[in-house]
Amino acid sequence: MTNTLIENNFRTNRLPHIWCSGCGHGIIMRAITKAVDELGYNKDDVCVVSGIGCSSRAPGYMDFNTFHTLHGRALAYATGVKMAKPELKVIVVTGDGDCAAIGGNHLIHSARRNIDITTIVFNNNIYGMTGGQYSPTTPTGDKGTTAPFGNIDKNFDLCKLVQGAGATYVARSTAYHVNMITQQVKTGLENKGFSFIEAVSICPTYYGRKNKKGDAVSMMNYLKTNAVNVKAADKLPKEKIQGKFLIGEFYKSQEPEYTEEYQKIIDSFQKER
Amino acid sequence: MTAEKTKRLKINKEWCKGCYICVEFCPANVLEIKDGKINIKNIDACIECSQCELRCPDYAIYLGGKKNEK
Repeated sequence: MTNTLIENNFRTNRLPHIWCSGCGHGIIMRAITKAVDELGYNKDDVCVVSGIGCSSRAPGYMDFNTFHTLHGRALAYATGVKMAKPELKVIVVTGDGDCAAIGGNHLIHSARRNIDITTIVFNNNIYGMTGGQYSPTTPTGDKGTTAPFGNIDKNFDLCKLVQGAGATYVARSTAYHVNMITQQVKTGLENKGFSFIEAVSICPTYYGRKNKKGDAVSMMNYLKTNAVNVKAADKLPKEKIQGKFLIGEFYKSQEPEYTEEYQKIIDSFQKER
Repeated sequence: MTAEKTKRLKINKEWCKGCYICVEFCPANVLEIKDGKINIKNIDACIECSQCELRCPDYAIYLGGKKNEK
């Protein structure tokens, strides 16, 4: 008993999912699926790859070709899938710990190669599955089970990192701004090259509880009031965007794509024969 | 009962985890949590904006009807 979007694109016998009450991941997963649905891709032409973590459980529920791989290695496996079958639309679903910590190198090198993979990071600022350890995106001063007196590390701005590494589409959205995620995933999938979408999620169970951010509703309201669209940010006075974070499309360009360049090498040798 | 038939709002209590997100973001105050699960409090007020469907992390609430339902 559910609507067509869920019925057509999810393994409904696997639902309800394992995520906690109020977790933002379900909202983001639906938004991604909606993007694929609206683009009208054949489900067999889509491959969703994930690593380990809360976010990485998502492909288990999505009814496409799916691949649940090693911790942090989602992008490495996805690179293999894309190289073997360049015609597939490869989506990587990963978390902040998965892609920014253990998989940090895979992330920057996939971006550097500009391989045609659409990566969506479910950023909940903490390692949820393993018990609330602080991650590379936990804001400085915030608490985790491994940082009981506050995190002294500086947190990554993933969008800036990936843009610097050479991705051709970089955007950020939040679990509150659902339609924006759908729009960005659509643009990312249509972009020929490495597309990176940071979807800021909420973790009421660990991050919220450890940092006294309230329940799921107050965390959603936090996203609603503290996200500033990058288009509006330039026009707003500085004090109005103090302490807030930017959402929207940060970067978009067209550059040679990795699998196409690789094919050119193969073609050049086949001509010589 | 007649109103319930004309409005398309559907709920699936089995999937609901009672997170209050739909209750908070419903602009017409249609929903409530009863015994830890979602409940339609006032169906007549529903404006079918589908905000609840968009925001439900558990896909437990949606708008039915020919276009959206099998």
